[in-house]
Amino acid sequence: MKVLMTGNEAIARGAYEAGLRFGSAYPGTPSTEIFETLSHLGEGYEVEWAPNEKVAVEAAYGASMGGVRSLAAMKHVGVNVAADPIFTAAYNGVNAGMVIVTADDPSMFSSQNEQDNRHYARAAKLPMLEPSNSQEAKEFTRLAFDLSEQFDTPVLLRVTTRICHSKSLVEEAERQEHEPKPYNRDGKKYIASPANAHRHHPEVEERLVRMAAYNEDLAINKVEMGNGKLGVITSGISYQYAKEAFPEGTSFLKLGMTWPLPQKLIRDFAAKVETLYIIEELDPFLETEIRAMGIKCHGKDLIPRCYELNPAIIKQAVFGEKPDTVDVGVETVGRPPALCAGCPHRGFFYTLSRRKDAVISGDIGCYTLGGSDPLNATDTVVCMGASLSAGHGFSKAFELKGEGNEKVVFGVIGDSTFFHSGLTGAVEIIYNQGKVIPCVLDNRITSMTGQQDNPGTGKNLMGQPSPEISVEKLLEAMGYEPVTVDPQDLKVMKETIDQAVADLEAGKHPAIVTKRPCVLIKGNGLKKGLCEVDRDACISCRSCLRVGCPAIFFKEGKSYIDPTLCIGCTVCLQVCPVKAIKKVGE
Amino acid sequence: MSDVKSILLSGVGGQGTILVSKILTQGLVQKGYDVKMSEIHGMAQRGGSVSTQVRYGSEVNSPIIGLGEADILVAFEKMEAVRYAEYLKPDGVAVINNYEIVPLPVAAGRVDYPEGLLEAMQAKFNVHAFDAMEVAAQVGNIRTMNVVLFGAMVGAFPDLQDIDWEQVVADTVPEKFREVNVKAFRAGRKMIEER
Repeated sequence: MKVLMTGNEAIARGAYEAGLRFGSAYPGTPSTEIFETLSHLGEGYEVEWAPNEKVAVEAAYGASMGGVRSLAAMKHVGVNVAADPIFTAAYNGVNAGMVIVTADDPSMFSSQNEQDNRHYARAAKLPMLEPSNSQEAKEFTRLAFDLSEQFDTPVLLRVTTRICHSKSLVEEAERQEHEPKPYNRDGKKYIASPANAHRHHPEVEERLVRMAAYNEDLAINKVEMGNGKLGVITSGISYQYAKEAFPEGTSFLKLGMTWPLPQKLIRDFAAKVETLYIIEELDPFLETEIRAMGIKCHGKDLIPRCYELNPAIIKQAVFGEKPDTVDVGVETVGRPPALCAGCPHRGFFYTLSRRKDAVISGDIGCYTLGGSDPLNATDTVVCMGASLSAGHGFSKAFELKGEGNEKVVFGVIGDSTFFHSGLTGAVEIIYNQGKVIPCVLDNRITSMTGQQDNPGTGKNLMGQPSPEISVEKLLEAMGYEPVTVDPQDLKVMKETIDQAVADLEAGKHPAIVTKRPCVLIKGNGLKKGLCEVDRDACISCRSCLRVGCPAIFFKEGKSYIDPTLCIGCTVCLQVCPVKAIKKVGE
Repeated sequence: MSDVKSILLSGVGGQGTILVSKILTQGLVQKGYDVKMSEIHGMAQRGGSVSTQVRYGSEVNSPIIGLGEADILVAFEKMEAVRYAEYLKPDGVAVINNYEIVPLPVAAGRVDYPEGLLEAMQAKFNVHAFDAMEVAAQVGNIRTMNVVLFGAMVGAFPDLQDIDWEQVVADTVPEKFREVNVKAFRAGRKMIEER
């Protein structure tokens, strides 16, 4: 009996069936559910959340060298973080099979850029597989482990949001136990010294040639010959879109392994069709290679480079067929995502937004939303961990321009992100005497990706207790004087920020840790209750609207709190100048 | 000619579109269809506009629906019907929850919640609209609003009639909410069938 699974569940299933023994990952949309699934799928292996993707890949690679099949998974930008060990693992090779999943996010549903990670396969000289549905996600994952061992290389499995988060039918199979390999010390292979790397590089080039030859006959590349007029070369989810967009009789070459490319297969296919189209999302990855082979084709001259595709986009781009749509003639209002009702970050950002001298260097997570209207309490967000290090640079710039006394730089970062890559930035500030107040918003979980545990929560991915690493003690060890505060108490929050600013001016090293659990954590023990507006007392001043709570809006000239959304956090109550908001039902 | 049908569920993060798509796909798989479903996680779930897409037939390729390709649109919120209207086929059916969730720009008083949304949809499409929140409250649990809408969708879409949906609902939801959800499903279906 086939079961409906997401691509992520299928990858987890594939790794399980392939005899996975060890896996390490950092949560990141759209990859997160691969490891969430593995945490409860079966027995015979161990999986973990690493503090970041670089650590995850290094841990998985260590396990592979040690002799067990290993998996690392991350979102596309996570591969940037992990690029260092990935490029060198490609040189050193593996012992037991190792697979790295990169989950790209075309259209950036939950990402800061739209990078096409297929380029990593070419740059790191790694083989890459691209499944086009959940069944393939499972099969290709299994195959990736075998290829890894056969060719002595880590293998990239590249998926996209619509593979990860789409469900389709999958035939499950039994787990194949895979005998761990003996570990034999081999410095020439595993020590990345210049001399060894010098020898490895030509071996890697030669390996690519062998893998390309192997790819010519690989069963996961599929040719579907039609009438010879139109031909499509494609891979991954784009295959599914192209199948619907092109007419009956179109020929398809669907590539399962998209690096290194099977050039003869591509040439033979191209020779059999009159007009060739390369259909791929984002960059012209296949197209560039195919054009370099001297083959004439259409690609990005027609197909958009930005955002995800769908059949209608391809139909319009290739055949000029406009979709038959109806315009109902009413403009809608955008619905930008917001901090949840009761989010502990709200009190912090509201308080900070009141300071006109604050330059706020933000970070990646739910608290990126502190930069949205109406809080507008963020100046910049770049990547995981940049809050503290970019904040350091800001403070240096202001100092060099002689504006050091006019602005106060805050580096704002969440608990999980702090463990991910905030530690080094915090060191940077102390070591090089930056003038920054680090603020760690500790909501006791990794929230944006769906509430995963992290080194500060006292639990690991398998749900077992683990030592809780203290953010405050880490900061103290570096030389900060951290103060822990409940961000929901606005008076204390303001006093804490004011004191930190005074301390910074006095040459001290203040840091603020806000501590309150995310409202989405199941069983978080938060008292439930509601805030209610006394409509007679409300003076319509809209002060409560400035906290940016999705539960509060204006209704018939007065503030109104939606009882289905409010959880009674009282931030609005505290900002009401006439005490027209009351807490009820606690 | 492909026999694939496309169902688009739109709403606001947190409204329970994902449970409905789970029930829907479960029933379709049991019936023997090839099924694909796509949903969005992460940032957009924080009060943003969300869509869940379900496609079924003898063989389905794309898990997502292009402009003008949906046979049925189920909007869990009024404005989310209009936002996704261009995905609906000109002869498609819309089931609309006559219920407003105010987006932040409106809450902050910068713009008004648009007027005439339902009327605009009714002028162009075959529309079934009612307040599913009110029906869910009558059933006894406002959190079953999503299943009320699912019942209405089944009532409004002839192709879905020959599946025992009450059984699928009962099998999909947690045991202690079984009865109230089956009631919610019936109440939603009645809203359409007794029109």
